[in-house]
Amino acid sequence: MRDVAIIGVSQTKFGELWDISFRDLISEAGLKAIEDANIEGADLEAMFVGNMSAGLFVQQEHIASLIVDHTGLTPLPCVRVEAACASGGLALRNGIMAVASGYHDVVISAGVEKMTDVVDPTPAIATASDQEWEAQQGVTFPSLYAMMARRHMYEYGTTREQLAMMSVVNHKNGALNPLAQFPMEITVDQVLNSSLVADPLRLLDCSPVTDGAAAVILCPAEDARKYTDTPVYVKASAQASGTIALHDRRDITTIDATVHAANTAYKMANMEPEDIQAVEVHDCFSINGLLAIEDLGFVEKGQGGPAIEDGMTERDGRIPVNPSGGLKSRGHPLGATGIAQTAEIVWQLRGEAGKRQIDGIEVGMTHNIGGTGGTATVHIFSN
Amino acid sequence: MKDIVRGWRHIPQRYNLIGSKCNHCGAVYFPVRVICPECRRKGKLEEIKLSGKGKIHTYSVIHTPTGDFKLISPYVVAIIELEEGTKITSQIVDSDGDNIKIGDEVELVFRKIREEGEDGVISYGYKFKLKK
Ligand SMILES: [Zn+2]
Repeated sequence: MRDVAIIGVSQTKFGELWDISFRDLISEAGLKAIEDANIEGADLEAMFVGNMSAGLFVQQEHIASLIVDHTGLTPLPCVRVEAACASGGLALRNGIMAVASGYHDVVISAGVEKMTDVVDPTPAIATASDQEWEAQQGVTFPSLYAMMARRHMYEYGTTREQLAMMSVVNHKNGALNPLAQFPMEITVDQVLNSSLVADPLRLLDCSPVTDGAAAVILCPAEDARKYTDTPVYVKASAQASGTIALHDRRDITTIDATVHAANTAYKMANMEPEDIQAVEVHDCFSINGLLAIEDLGFVEKGQGGPAIEDGMTERDGRIPVNPSGGLKSRGHPLGATGIAQTAEIVWQLRGEAGKRQIDGIEVGMTHNIGGTGGTATVHIFSN
Repeated sequence: MKDIVRGWRHIPQRYNLIGSKCNHCGAVYFPVRVICPECRRKGKLEEIKLSGKGKIHTYSVIHTPTGDFKLISPYVVAIIELEEGTKITSQIVDSDGDNIKIGDEVELVFRKIREEGEDGVISYGYKFKLKK
């Protein structure tokens, strides 16, 4: 197995991009990443694309062909991968494995979702849960996370305010990210007074509906300096599965897939949670950001709330969480999220994160979840 | 049409709360499974009719439902821990969320689940209500 490096990254502006189509979004991300890596399109040997549901969002399947065609890259082989909101993490991992195995040298892993071409995106989002035994009962996606939140509050005394703080800290970082969908600060009061979505979760606990794309270029670590002076190295790439239905979990306040993926990643990188200097976690809902801090091993189970309240997750805290603004503020174009998280950690490790730069950072992590935790990917990077 | 067949296939499970019991470890599953995740090929799964008695493990009140569920909004959903030890996701009837808490006892009722699915077909199945 070969070590793998990232030599180029990109992210489009995230938001409700009425005037930009699915194919134009992914093309923009791809071209920017190729430019950032200082390569030619013809240097690419394979493409992996994470996308949750082009079929339901833009009535288009077979997007592997469409993307290669529209970016002028035929006959480049392309594979679309899907694991709901973890599709991006999977695309990254499959690209890494292709390079590590020696099968390909220069590979692009991308993610894209165009969510605003449908009037109501919620039925498509609900397909990330168990359609027969959750969604058919009238359970919505936010209500599944709301049920995790309520149980966490019951078992550990987590407060409504602590959950709100997760969103507040995200927005504080996102306000400094020009590519974020909602680059503005918010207050705890604003979260607590926003409209109820699924009690106890409110609108400002929830990541938004977003259009966006992102891409990364991978190559063997030994070749990386041919292309860039600031390569970022992949120290670990891990993935784990959990039950698709929330009710089948051993403990609905722990995402075991995250725990398994994190343990595998720490072992691979020969690192401990203390070695991580910034992490992009999958905060599709405030409670999931809180669970991630616990399940990735940064605090004991049940201590996520107090950790956020004490400022541990701020940019100058012990473990800076979501310097990009996270899913809440940067936005959450499902299949693109895992790649956008990677782009943020790469910018941080290169010292290119602008006003939200964390000083002296050498090791970063990304955490991407599908559904309510049926899939999790964890990656560790260093400069 | 596909919705009708999809609903019909699961009528025994949805109408009578039929699950699976592993004859090796005794674990109970709902819905029916073909393999016990604990015992895998060592276990054989048999059908079991669940009692429909349990207690609230967690719940939420949905204020922004989707599709035809908008007709009944807001409504309560819960994960219920059944007597047999397995958990199930269901709506809770006759509750606005104010009279309910974790640990409350509930029992099975048979109700209409939705009226206007993709094909305008009425479907029935399990819901739960608070035990008086
Ligand atoms: Zn068994």
